[in-house]
Amino acid sequence: MIYINAFLFCGFICLISQLILDNTKLTPGHITSLFVVIGASLDLFGIYDKFVLYCGAGAIIPITSFGHLLVHGAMDTANDIGPLGLSFGIFNLTSAGISVALVMGFLMSVLFKPKH
Amino acid sequence: MYIKIKIINNINGDYMNNKEYKEFIKKYIPKPKIIENAIVSFIGGGIMGLSSELLLEAYQTWLHLPRKESGVLVILTLIVIASILTALGVFDILVTKFKSALIIPITGFSHSITSAAIEYRKEGLVLGIGANIFKLAGTVILYGTVAVYLFGLVRLLIGG
Repeated sequence: MIYINAFLFCGFICLISQLILDNTKLTPGHITSLFVVIGASLDLFGIYDKFVLYCGAGAIIPITSFGHLLVHGAMDTANDIGPLGLSFGIFNLTSAGISVALVMGFLMSVLFKPKH
Repeated sequence: MYIKIKIINNINGDYMNNKEYKEFIKKYIPKPKIIENAIVSFIGGGIMGLSSELLLEAYQTWLHLPRKESGVLVILTLIVIASILTALGVFDILVTKFKSALIIPITGFSHSITSAAIEYRKEGLVLGIGANIFKLAGTVILYGTVAVYLFGLVRLLIGG
């Protein structure tokens, strides 16, 4: 069942973004920023946690999960040590993704030349 | 003199105004295949989600990791694959076929970082790569961070 949910959830998010992309003048940059903010807002009341529970990696892969993880890490730390934790814990859960993407980008740019 | 100008105007007189021109070229602009693109991106995104769920469970059984850590490993795997495919020039071809099925997952984030780094490599290590690596991906991090402070402060005040 979780496989079907993963297929439907990830497919549905890609479908919405493709519809926005085709029918408006927004670029992929606009859409990813919009989806990050939507994901951050869905962390309220643990809505996105339920998506992750029922859809598995289908909810972890889309960029909405990035916003959710940012808010989640910040709120976890803020609940432990007070409002200052908002700044301390903000990149707790996403730092792995950002740092690996940066290191890979740097390595690839040193190793490869642009194609065109 | 006046007659001359009038003649020139008559010769070039049948130029179209802006509205007519737009209607004229409408026939030649390719229409985006909205329904076809939507179906392709739905199925492509679904396959991405399904295969990453399979990968997550494979990590759980092979490496004996808890579910949360294997989720992070799946994200890292996708980032590394997307970065290498971008460097080889394959990712752009795949994006033209599968549309937003590859932009919305975390692969799009990795692609934007790697492509910016490769594109600005010739301008130097610091002023090229260093200054431009967040050129496209910076918007995601910026608005994510702003949203965290916005929603986080509201939730701390309300206690949600």
